[in-house]
Amino acid sequence: MKQSLSNPVLVKEIKLRFRSLKSFTGILFYLIAMAIFVFGFIMLTTSFTGTGYFRPEESFFMFAMLTFIQLGLILFITPGLTAGAISTEREKQTLNILLTTSQTSFQIIIGKLTSSIAFLLLLLVAGLPIYSMVFLFGGVSPGQLGVIFLFFFLTMLAVGGIGIMYSTIIRKTIVAMIATYGTMIFLAGVTGFIYLVITGINTMGGAGVPTSSPIGHFFASINPVVLILTLITPQSDEFITSTTLIDFPIWIGYTIFYVLITILTIFIAVKKLRVNMKRAK
Amino acid sequence: MIEIKGLTKKYGSFYALNDLNLTLSEGTVFGFVGANGAGKSTTFSILATLLQPTSGDAFINGKSVKTDSHEVRKQIGYMPDFFGVYDQLKADEYLDFYGASYGIPEAEREILIPQLLELVNLTHKRYEYVDLLSRGMKQRLCLARALIHDPNVLILDEPASGLDPRARVEMRDILKQLKGMGKTILISSHILPELAEMCDEIGVIDGGRLIAHGTVHEIQAQLAGERYISVKIKGLLENAIIFFEEDPFVSNVETNTEKNILTFNYRGSEDDQIDLLKKALDNQLRIVSFSEAETDLEDVFMEITKGAK
Repeated sequence: MKQSLSNPVLVKEIKLRFRSLKSFTGILFYLIAMAIFVFGFIMLTTSFTGTGYFRPEESFFMFAMLTFIQLGLILFITPGLTAGAISTEREKQTLNILLTTSQTSFQIIIGKLTSSIAFLLLLLVAGLPIYSMVFLFGGVSPGQLGVIFLFFFLTMLAVGGIGIMYSTIIRKTIVAMIATYGTMIFLAGVTGFIYLVITGINTMGGAGVPTSSPIGHFFASINPVVLILTLITPQSDEFITSTTLIDFPIWIGYTIFYVLITILTIFIAVKKLRVNMKRAK
Repeated sequence: MIEIKGLTKKYGSFYALNDLNLTLSEGTVFGFVGANGAGKSTTFSILATLLQPTSGDAFINGKSVKTDSHEVRKQIGYMPDFFGVYDQLKADEYLDFYGASYGIPEAEREILIPQLLELVNLTHKRYEYVDLLSRGMKQRLCLARALIHDPNVLILDEPASGLDPRARVEMRDILKQLKGMGKTILISSHILPELAEMCDEIGVIDGGRLIAHGTVHEIQAQLAGERYISVKIKGLLENAIIFFEEDPFVSNVETNTEKNILTFNYRGSEDDQIDLLKKALDNQLRIVSFSEAETDLEDVFMEITKGAK
C-alpha cells in the first residue's frame, strides 16, 4: 500500500529541493518580510492613532493586506517553481532516462506538480503564525482564513498545472517561464480590465442602465484578485452582480474554472510528455 | 530476443533510418557500428521507447515498442550517449530513485544497491554526490542504474565515449561480466576494435541502412572478398615485386624496404594462394614468411561505408 502511494519523483524532488540552500533562504526572507510587514503595520497604526491599541477594523485591514500579499506570492512563485519542472530535466539530459523507467507519464507529472506545491504550502504554513496575529485583535474568523487558504490551494494547483503544461510542451525553460507568467498576468490583470471595459460599455450603451453581461461576469469570476476581494468583502460580489446583472457567486465560477484548468493542463502535460512516442493508430 | 522489422524513421524527406531488419537471439552481444548520424542512436531511441518509428516495428521479447511500450520499458536497461545527473543526489540515492521508479520495493533496493555499486566498482563512492564523480564513474553509475531492475536486454549507446583508456578498459570489463550473465546487449561504439573483442555479432549502419551484418569474421570476409598478404623476402625485393605484380589476383603491391616486406591485396581463392606461394618458391624467391595479415575492423568499416556511398 505504502509502495503504491509513494511517488518516486515526488520523493526525489522534495529531497533535492530541501537540500538546496535557496529553499531555506527563500523561506527565511519570506518570513522576515512578513514579520516586518505585520509588526510594522501594528506599530505604525498604534502610533498614528495615538490610542496605543489596535482595533478590530485595523486588524481586518491588515488581514486583507496580508491575503493579497500571499496571493501575489502564489501568482509570482508558482510559475517559477513549475515552469521549469520538465524542461529543466530535458535541458539537463535527465528526462530521457526518466522516460525509460516504468513510471507512467501521469506519475511523473503529478510528482513534479505536488513537489512544487508542497514547497509553496510550506511557505504558507510557515507564515501562518505571523498571519494568525490578526486573531489576537479580532475582526477575522478562523473560518474565513480557512476558506481563503482553500482557494489559495486551488489557485496553486491551477497555476502549477499551467506551469507544468508549458514546461512539457515548450523545450526551453525560459520560454516556458515567460508563457506561464504571461498567462498569470492575463488571469490576474487582463481579465479584470476586460471586465471593467465590458461593464463600462454596457452601462454607456444602455443610457446609464446596465444590461446583462455574462462575458463580463465570466472574466470577473476567473480573476483571483476579484475572488479574494469577494471573499474578504461580500459586498463586492453584490457589486459585480449589479454591474453584470448575473446573480452567480464568483467563488463558484472561480472553482469550476480553476478545477477545469487544473484537469485540462495536467491532461495535456501527461499526453505531451512522451510526445515522440504517441500510440500508433 | 530482439526482432526489428522494417524499421523506418523519417524527418520530412530525410531518412534517419531506412527499412532496418535485424533479429538477435537471447544472450547475443551485438555491436552497432556507424559514423555520426548513421542512425545508431535513432535505432536505440526507438528500442528504448523514446521515439516512435515512421513505419515498421521492433519487438523486445515479443513486446512491441509501438503498442506495448510500458512492458518493453520493464525489460530494457537503456544508457544514452549523452546524459545528465541530478546535482544534489548521492550515488546510492541516485540508484534508489531509479529503483523506486521501476517499482522495486525499498527492502530489495537496500540489498541491490551495494551489489550494483560493487559490480561497477563504485562501492567507495556510495555516499558521494553524483555530480562530483568523474566522467568514467558517472558512466559506470549510469550502467548500474540501467541494471537496477535486472533487465534482460541492455541498450548502450556509446558507453565508452569520452572516457580515458583506463576507464574504457574498466567499462569493457564490466560489459564482459554482463555478457557472462547472459544479458542480450546492444552496444554502439566508435572504438571498433573493442567491439570486435566483446561482440558476437556486428552490424554496420550507414545513411540509415544496415549495410553489413554478421560475426566479426563474416564482416571481415565481406571486405570485397580480398585478403591482405604480407611476404618477407631475404635478398633483393625487385624480383619479388615483378613476380607478384604479374599475378592476376594481386593488386596494390607495397614495399617496406627497411624490413624487406612486401604487402598486397589478394582476390584469389585459398587454392590460388597456395599455388602462388609454390610458384614463388619455384622462381627462387627466398621467402622468410608468407602470411595473411589480420584486417583491422576500422579498415573494414571504412571500406564498407565507402562502398555504401
